[in-house]
Amino acid sequence: MNQPAPDFQLDANGQLRHFLSIDGLDREMLIRIMDTAESFAGVVADQPVKKVPLLRGKTIVNLFFENSTRTRTTFELAAKRLSADVLNINIETSATAKGEGLLDTVRNIQAMHVDMFVVRHSESGAPYFIARHVEPHVSVINAGDGRHSHPTQAMLDMFTIRRYKRTFEDLQVAIVGDILHSRVARSQILALNTLGVGQIRVIGPRTLLPVDAESLGVRVFHKMDDGLKDVDVVMMLRLQKERMRGAMLPSEHEYFACFGLTRERLRFAKPDAIVMHPGPINRGVEIESRVADGDSSVILQQVGYGIAIRMAIMTMAMHSKPRGKKA
Amino acid sequence: MAGPRIAISGARLVDPANGVDRQQSIYIAKGVVAAVGKRPDGFHADREIRAPGQIVCPGFIDLCARIREPGQEHKATIASETAAAVAGGFTTLCCPPDTQPVIDTPAVAAMIRDRAERIGKARILPVGALTRALRGEELSEMRALKKAGCVAASNAHNPIANTLVLRRAMEYAASFDLLVMVRPEDPWLRNHGVIHEGLVATRLGLPGIPEAAETVAVAQVLALLKQTGARVHFAQLSCAGAVEMVARAVDLGLPVSADVAAHQLCLTESVVGDYDSLYHVIPPFRTELDRAALCRGVAGGILAAICSDHQPHEEGAKLNAFSSTEPGISSLETVLSLTLGLVSSGQLDLFRAIASLTHGPATVLGLAAGQIKPGSVADVCVFDPEAIWQADSRNWCSRGLNSPFFGTELKGRVTHTLVGGRIVHEWSGQS
Repeated sequence: MNQPAPDFQLDANGQLRHFLSIDGLDREMLIRIMDTAESFAGVVADQPVKKVPLLRGKTIVNLFFENSTRTRTTFELAAKRLSADVLNINIETSATAKGEGLLDTVRNIQAMHVDMFVVRHSESGAPYFIARHVEPHVSVINAGDGRHSHPTQAMLDMFTIRRYKRTFEDLQVAIVGDILHSRVARSQILALNTLGVGQIRVIGPRTLLPVDAESLGVRVFHKMDDGLKDVDVVMMLRLQKERMRGAMLPSEHEYFACFGLTRERLRFAKPDAIVMHPGPINRGVEIESRVADGDSSVILQQVGYGIAIRMAIMTMAMHSKPRGKKA
Repeated sequence: MAGPRIAISGARLVDPANGVDRQQSIYIAKGVVAAVGKRPDGFHADREIRAPGQIVCPGFIDLCARIREPGQEHKATIASETAAAVAGGFTTLCCPPDTQPVIDTPAVAAMIRDRAERIGKARILPVGALTRALRGEELSEMRALKKAGCVAASNAHNPIANTLVLRRAMEYAASFDLLVMVRPEDPWLRNHGVIHEGLVATRLGLPGIPEAAETVAVAQVLALLKQTGARVHFAQLSCAGAVEMVARAVDLGLPVSADVAAHQLCLTESVVGDYDSLYHVIPPFRTELDRAALCRGVAGGILAAICSDHQPHEEGAKLNAFSSTEPGISSLETVLSLTLGLVSSGQLDLFRAIASLTHGPATVLGLAAGQIKPGSVADVCVFDPEAIWQADSRNWCSRGLNSPFFGTELKGRVTHTLVGGRIVHEWSGQS
């Protein structure tokens, strides 16, 4: 019987081979990713020529089975700044045949001698499946799979927190909203725990929390005011409109009344608390504009850091493993 | 029927139906058991099977094995799967009605039986559809299905959402004393779930199936059972709560029985850890608490049978993201080893284990099969409980290679299987 292999995404030397989940990565690795991103952040922000030749001659394919503009754009920009050739392929899941469709798609594109797949898929675990079937020299980066994982988003969030708070120890972090369906929340929680924050709280109605949520290493709150008390970081989640149907929530109005982040509510947090959001924002549903555009908000900074983090992860995954000689 | 004369000697005879567990020879002629213990006068065996250290018992009866024929021959066929059955010690398989076409007409039922008979390995007993095309809307012609040899009626993996239809179906089946098999699952609570709703689902972000999806369905059927007078068999239970409910119903003297798949007795949700689709099964593997309760259910006789829940697939069915793969394990050839594993670890005694594969399922179906006594049909299994082997694609008979047990060391292997007094499977000792 196969045992789960936590080091599946690492090579024999413990270096990143794929980047699929925060699960299985240690503190040192997460810090190395952030340190590498730090060196790219300067390139992105300060240099007149925003390109480095680290991945020149490499071909990176953005394989998106689910719509996304901003994640795909930041991956594309990150790859281009590393001088790689980038191919964007959008495949609506509904259009692909079931069964061998997914594998055939991957094998076909792989046959064009690509070096890396950046995969987004609506099903949890799809990037694992792809990573298990690609040739040894190909890396797979998870750009979001189902409800499971969005590890580059979590890393850019950690990078943002480090920039504003310097250290993770003793931080109180609240994650607010639809934890159940959120791959972002799962990855954030794993990363925050690995980096040793003081406490992670999740705030939301029971219908939007996974069973045994505590098993993720969090404290559960159903009331905003209690959950936000004295936190250093507030991480809001996007509420998918479709959750409003299907008996998850009665209405946007009631959701905002209970879990919307307003200026009044934010007063429960520490005075220097930062507010984060993975975007895109639903103004007036999960967050009010005065907060989203206010002094505490670091939402736009997150987007910028996303490029540096993705440059770091792509570089590390491409340089770690022994490259099989492929024509 | 003539058939060879066969003597099986030196083995330990375990025949739970008749309370037998001792070293005894059996003598077979004309397709039936001629004698047990004493060699009949003038019995000259055409074939002597000497089996010291081995166990001889009635051939196993499986309450749920998918054969895929008709309709899904790209997955498996009656020929391939009845060969797998006898390799695993099974001499009789109940085939659920979700073939294509559905077993909702006597013609399909008869065709499956006849084909199996012509191939001459394991027998197949069709289970008829409870509702037409399994749609859960109109009743099937159950009387005709019963006459065509269906041993029960079931809606397979298609729960009847409309409780009025369920009530009518149970009432109608009861009118003809036809057993109703129910794989209890509330379709609303199941939703799009693919694994147990618990720690692993939370970690992997896979949609979960709560225990309540099973217990709510069991409660619903139990409530209707008192009204309708139907005999009900709950198929492939997966959780402790359902075992408790069945135990209470049995205590009350209700006409209820239940089974569990062998792999449910051995594995828990933790095996799905790395999105390995070979562990994608419905009902899902649940917690250690559930697994232990299922084992106790078998040990205490509340769960009368261990079934294979055999579901052979073509390779592509498991090659996808976890949620998009087809559930099920190709399991006929590993049921005995898994069950003996529970005996080795002290969770089940051998007598009860064999009862769950023979007399237990026969009683559920109301058949006189599953025993070895003079005059009974010679469906017999001989196995070496100590034989160590590894399943792999080369020694595998089922066309479905979707077993998570390939490469695992297994203990206990069938050496001879007899159906109707003929040797239909023989394993020489080299795997």
